[in-house]
Amino acid sequence: MAMSDATIPLVEMRDISLSFGGLRAVERASIDLHAGEVVALVGHNGAGKSTLIKILSGAYLRDSGSIRIRGAEADIANPRDAKHYGIETIYQTLALADNIDTAANLFLGRELRTKWGTLDDIAMESEAREVMGRLNPYFARFKDPVKALSGGQRQSVAIARAILFNAQILVMDEPTAALGPQETAQVGDLVRQLKAAGIGIFLISHDIHDVFDLADRICVMKNGRIVGTVRTNDVTTDEVLGMIIAGICPPAAIPGPGAVAAAGRP
Amino acid sequence: MPPLARFLKATELDTRLVGMIGALLLIWIAFHILTGGLFLTPRNLWNLSVQAAPVAIMATGMALVIITRNIDLSIGSTLGFLGMAMGVIQADLLPKLLGFEYPATWVLALGAGLALGVVIGALQGALIAYLGLPSFIVTLGGLLVWRGAAWWVTSGQTVAPLDARFRLMGGGTEGSIGAGWSWAVGVLACVALLLAQAHARHRRQKFRFPLRPMAAEIFLGGIACLAILGAVAVANAYPWPIGSVRRYAEANHITLPAGGLVIAHGIAVPVLMAIGIGMTFLANRTRFGRYVYAIGGNREAVELAGVDARWVVMKLFMLMGLLAGIGGAISIARLNAATNSEGTLTELLVIAAAVIGGSSLAGGVGTAAGAMLGAVLMQSLQSGMVLVGVDTPLQNIVVGIVLVLAVLIDTLYRRRTRRISWQ
Repeated sequence: MAMSDATIPLVEMRDISLSFGGLRAVERASIDLHAGEVVALVGHNGAGKSTLIKILSGAYLRDSGSIRIRGAEADIANPRDAKHYGIETIYQTLALADNIDTAANLFLGRELRTKWGTLDDIAMESEAREVMGRLNPYFARFKDPVKALSGGQRQSVAIARAILFNAQILVMDEPTAALGPQETAQVGDLVRQLKAAGIGIFLISHDIHDVFDLADRICVMKNGRIVGTVRTNDVTTDEVLGMIIAGICPPAAIPGPGAVAAAGRP
Repeated sequence: MPPLARFLKATELDTRLVGMIGALLLIWIAFHILTGGLFLTPRNLWNLSVQAAPVAIMATGMALVIITRNIDLSIGSTLGFLGMAMGVIQADLLPKLLGFEYPATWVLALGAGLALGVVIGALQGALIAYLGLPSFIVTLGGLLVWRGAAWWVTSGQTVAPLDARFRLMGGGTEGSIGAGWSWAVGVLACVALLLAQAHARHRRQKFRFPLRPMAAEIFLGGIACLAILGAVAVANAYPWPIGSVRRYAEANHITLPAGGLVIAHGIAVPVLMAIGIGMTFLANRTRFGRYVYAIGGNREAVELAGVDARWVVMKLFMLMGLLAGIGGAISIARLNAATNSEGTLTELLVIAAAVIGGSSLAGGVGTAAGAMLGAVLMQSLQSGMVLVGVDTPLQNIVVGIVLVLAVLIDTLYRRRTRRISWQ
C-alpha cells in the first residue's frame, strides 16, 4: 500500500476524545483511512471502537479533536452531516425501523418523491429490488415489515442501505455478526468490490480471520486508547492478539497512546 | 387455502380493518333488531355520522400521536379553550369591529381558532420533542391549563348566539349540502378513487411489479364506490323536518304543495370536513407520515438516518392542535354556543377511538382510517344504547368493556398472526 502514504488521507481523525460522565470512552485517539483501503478496528468489548466510529458517523459528538475529510476540516455534528461527506454506516444494532418495509428502511431520510412531493413508493421498491438483488438474490419479502425478516435478511437490508447512496467512506460495525458462513463470504466479496471501487472502509469485527482476510491495516484499541496500528502483512495473529489482550505492540506496529512499553524498546 | 381466503389475500386488504367494519355492521344490525327497526334509518345514520365527526377528526391525529409512542391528554381541554376563543371572536370581538353577521366573520374566527390551536400544539410539542419531557405529563398539564384558560376567556360565561355562517359547520338542516351537491361529491370521490387505483396499477406495470388480479381490482374499486354512493344515498334519503321546510318555503315565497315538500339533507358539513382531512394521505403518502411510523418503530434508527425526529414530533403536536381547533369549531357550531366545559373527557373518547381503531400504545402500529372507524363504532354504541333506553351509567360500562375487549381481540389476533409468520 505504498500509494496511500503519498496521498492525502480520505479520513483523518486526530486526538479524538469523548467522555460519558466520568467514563473516558475514547481518549486522544488518532486514526486515518485512505481511499480504497480497509482499516480494521479491533479490541475487547468496551474498548471504544464503536464509540470512535460513531463520532465519525455523527451519532456522537466528540469533546475534542478534529476530523479531516480529504485534508479539509469536516464539521460533523449529526448523522446528516456525516452523510453529506459521503460517510455511510452499518450499525451493530442495524438501526432499522422494524415496523416499516425494506424499501422504506433503505430510503429512510432520503425518500424518493414524485413530482407532487408525495412518496414514490414504487420507484423506491424498484431500486430496493435492484440493490437487494445484488446482495441477496433470494430476497423476495419486499412487502413485509423488517420485523418479519430473518437476522441475515435484516443485515442485508442494513448493508444495502449503506451502499445505496454511493458512499465514499463506509463504516461497518460487526457487519457479519448475524450471518451464516455463506452470507459472510458474500459480505467479504462485497468489501473487496467496494475497495476496488476506491471506497475507504472502517471495519469493526470480532472475527480475527475476517480481519486478516479483508483489512490492509489493523488498528487495536484498549480501554478507550489506541494501542497501535499495523499493516496486516507485517504481523501474525498472535501478535495482534497480544496487542488486544496485553496492549504490547510488535516491532512492525506504530504505537499509540495505549501501548504498553515492551522490554527492549525505548 | 380456500378460494375465498385466497381471493381476500389477493385484494391485499388490511384484514384488521375489514374485521372492524364487520364488527361495526354486526353492532348496527343488533341495534336495529333491538330497537325494532329504529337504528338503520337514514335519520339515525345521518345523526350518527354528524355526532361522530369531531371525535373522528381528532382520533385521526391521535392515532399518529400514539404511533410515535406519545399521547395527548390535553385535546379535550384544548378543544374547550379554542371553542371559547372562537366563540368570543365571532360573537364579541368581530361584531364590534365589523358589525353583526359580517360575511367573513366565520372564516376569521375559524382561522384564528386553528392558528391558536397550532400555537398551543407547538408549545406542548416543543416541551415534548426538544426538552424531552414525557408527553403524558406535558399534556396532563395541558389538560388542566387549557380547561382553566377556557373558563378565563369569559370568566365562565357561555357565549351565544354564534355567527349564522359559522353555525353551518355544526351540521343540522342548514349545515348540509343538499342532494345535488352530495351526488356531485360522491361521484367525484369515486372518480378520484378509481383514477388513483388505475394510476397505481399502471405504475406497477411500468416497473414490472407483480399486479393484483384484475378481479380483485374490480372488486375493490366496486366495493369502495358502492360504499361512497351508498353513504350519499343514505344522507339524501333523510328529508328536512316539516318545520324547516315551512320556514324555507316562507323565506323563498313558495306555496307548500299538498303532499309537502321533500328536501334532502345530503352530506352534513362536519362529515365532509372529517372526510376532507386527508390524514390517511398524510400518513401513507408523505415523508412526514413515513417518519411518524418509523419513529414508532425505532426512534434511534430514524435519528441515525439523519431525520430530525424532534421536528417531526413537534409538527405532529401542532397538527393535533389544529385538529382540536376543527373539532372545537364543529362542537360549538352544533351547540350554537361556546361553553367552558365543552370537550370535557373528550380526550379519553378520542384515545379510545384510536385504540379501538387499532393503534397500539407500544407504538409503530395504527391507521387514521381505523381511528375514524373506532370513533363511529363508539358513537354507534352510544346512540344505539340511547335508542334502546339503556341508562347512562350502564352505557359507560358497555363502552369501557368494548374498549378493553377490542384491544384483547387485537392482541390475540396479532399473537396468532405472528406465530403463523414464524412457522
